[in-house]
Amino acid sequence: MVSICFYFQVHQPYRLRNYNVFEIGKNHSYTNKKKNLDILKKVAEKCYLPTNKLMLDLLNKHEEFKISYSFSGIILEQFEEFMPSVLQSFRDLADTGKVEILDETYYHSLSFLHSKQEFKEQVILHNKKIRSLFKQSPSVFRNTELVYNNELANFIESMGYKGILAEGADHILGWRSPNFIYTPKTTSKIKLLLKNYKLSDDIAFRFSDKGWKEWPLTVDKYTNWVNAVNGNGNLVNLFMDYETFGEHQWADTGIFDFLRHLPQELLKHPDNDFKTPSEAIKTYNPVSELDIHSPVSWADVERDTSAWDGNNMQKSAINEIYQIEDAIKKSRDKKLINDWRKLQTSDHFYYMCTKWFNDGDVHKYFNPYDNPYDAFITYMNILNDVNFRLKEHNILKKEVVV
Amino acid sequence: MKVLMFGWEFPPFNTGGLGTACYGLTKGLSKQGINITFVIPTAPRLIKSDFVDMIIAFSTSFVNIKTVDSLLVPYISSEGYETMHKKRCMNSDKNFNRVYGQNLFEEVHRYALKAREIAINETFDLIHCHDWMTYLAGIEAKKVSKKPLVVHVHATEFDRTGGHPNQAVYDIERMGMHAADLIIAVSNFTKNKILKHYGISPGKVFVVHNAVEFTNFPDSEDFKIKSHDKIVLFLGRITIQKGPDYFLDAAKKVLEKEKNVKFIVAGSGDMEIDMIERAAKLGIAKHILFTGFLRGNDIDRAYRMADLYVMPSVSEPFGITPLEAMRNGTPVLISKQSGVSEVIKNCLKVDFWDIDEMASKIIAVLKYNALHYCLKEHGLIEIKKFSWNDSAKKCINVYERALNKGGN
Repeated sequence: MVSICFYFQVHQPYRLRNYNVFEIGKNHSYTNKKKNLDILKKVAEKCYLPTNKLMLDLLNKHEEFKISYSFSGIILEQFEEFMPSVLQSFRDLADTGKVEILDETYYHSLSFLHSKQEFKEQVILHNKKIRSLFKQSPSVFRNTELVYNNELANFIESMGYKGILAEGADHILGWRSPNFIYTPKTTSKIKLLLKNYKLSDDIAFRFSDKGWKEWPLTVDKYTNWVNAVNGNGNLVNLFMDYETFGEHQWADTGIFDFLRHLPQELLKHPDNDFKTPSEAIKTYNPVSELDIHSPVSWADVERDTSAWDGNNMQKSAINEIYQIEDAIKKSRDKKLINDWRKLQTSDHFYYMCTKWFNDGDVHKYFNPYDNPYDAFITYMNILNDVNFRLKEHNILKKEVVV
Repeated sequence: MKVLMFGWEFPPFNTGGLGTACYGLTKGLSKQGINITFVIPTAPRLIKSDFVDMIIAFSTSFVNIKTVDSLLVPYISSEGYETMHKKRCMNSDKNFNRVYGQNLFEEVHRYALKAREIAINETFDLIHCHDWMTYLAGIEAKKVSKKPLVVHVHATEFDRTGGHPNQAVYDIERMGMHAADLIIAVSNFTKNKILKHYGISPGKVFVVHNAVEFTNFPDSEDFKIKSHDKIVLFLGRITIQKGPDYFLDAAKKVLEKEKNVKFIVAGSGDMEIDMIERAAKLGIAKHILFTGFLRGNDIDRAYRMADLYVMPSVSEPFGITPLEAMRNGTPVLISKQSGVSEVIKNCLKVDFWDIDEMASKIIAVLKYNALHYCLKEHGLIEIKKFSWNDSAKKCINVYERALNKGGN
């Protein structure tokens, strides 16, 4: 028996505008509204709307077909404000009863690594948002960029979650297979689902790569690979960015046709079915314990957190933002707290990454900067303005007290 | 392969990047087995003993130096054009003479006649000349030898004059480019200028970027000024092309925000007095240090003292100085209007006219230690990838193409 478990990540950050040092203390608007809206519209047109339509068709057509999503809180906010029709199309999917929504941090942050308190607050905020928009209460958690270790599993278990997702990286699995459920070390009940990165990335990264020896990837070929898991695994976890469909892989690569025909081909094998993460957890027992100390992620070949905290600029920016947590929260200034939290979104740190920059490699999609240095400068200038507001706030409050 | 090369300056007797580039390129070429006879006009101001050293140093190693008895000053630039054009100068003829030396065009022609003699006496396969002063020499050498001519464009008259070319210089540049079998441009930035202004077809122009040799320097601590002031450096000719005025305007903006900063202007040129006056007018004179022209170790010392090197050029065909700064572990801020911005990544880039952005980025480097650190470290890694051997190989490719074309 092989269960196919799809999880799609839906997220867009609030990109910052070019903010120079002379604006500190004078201008408190930080985001590039036009650029963010343009990108949102573009991705909605190329990916969210057509893919959602296709998913709805597939869910209606195949009773067995099931999928799951994780949305950052800030993409949901952006949908609500600018593209309610996109939000509605996701709710229509959820209404089929065959779509599970996962929890994550509201601000798509790496807060778990830097402040447990902040992390917890963001997860709770996210949970509230999902309950209010989708009438579901998630029981499975996925952390930003699939960053994961024992400690996170333990923490998340204590918050009441039944399952958690992670990258099935070679260096944590060794000879073991990602196609089973595992138990994280130091936990009692929570179950761990691991991304089958090979089969996931065949679709997400390699689908249109003409230099790939398997190109073109047909539904037949792919189905055979999945079927081959029968006998050596319970489930195939296909985790990927939702933008894979139509945006990372453009429509003319045939990605939509591939997706359209995939469920029926997979279902031709009598032992295959689809499960959502929480169904998979209920169905299968863990085969063993997995002990992971250093954080793993789904990024790059390293599969660690160095894409966000590898260089001194990133370390310094992260240090500065979490250093002011207490003061920010004490201000009780909602706008200030919200602005501070938006600066925690992992994308900001990713843009500062120098790892691939030197090899002339492309960075992330829709990176608003020419280079990692500009990303850092903009970020630090804005952070300094947040500090300025914080100081001003304290001064004003003191005056009121006096 | 034997190449007859016409230049106009060679280190240590250079006043700009052209000499540095000729030195690096010829060294790279000789390593690739190219035999070079390098012709330069004699410069009257040169100290003899040093000059002899130079001949000993290089004629026996990788190039033979030939000197031509000429009145040309070693680095001929068109600084002063802007002042001429703005009629700020009462006597424009006098100004022109100051810039170009006496009877410059006669000298260029004399150099060309001498080149003819040399070309008759020397044996070689190809002629390679560097910038407009040498183009007539190249053309003459080609006429008598029937060997292919490659002209190497390190700068155009449009770069030097901020877009106000001297017609006579332009005519020679155009003549040289059209007479050449092939053209080497130091960047795509320059190639585009050649295509746009000189009526050359794209297939005739090949880009060969300049390089820099990485050398391990001793620790920089002893070069630091003993003070808490941060140092921002401008190093180059003080002339319109290099944008010293933008540097001062940015300095003014920086100082409004950060008081403990010193700005060093290293170099000389026709705008030097103007710049000293401008600094005074802006009320920032005590923060601006004019060092005059630097050479040798003093240049590296200046880079190493600085927390940031700024190259605000208005139009920079290549720009070797940022590479030299990076080699010294100094972060770099360069104008986007430069050829070097095509080949370096670990630096900051601005439009030369965007004073706010320039000042903001200067402050960022001075203020955010992590930024300074990353620019320095990644810059040092990146600079090691540059090699004159790579430039030389590309240059040899062009030679081979020119030879296959047949030099007639």
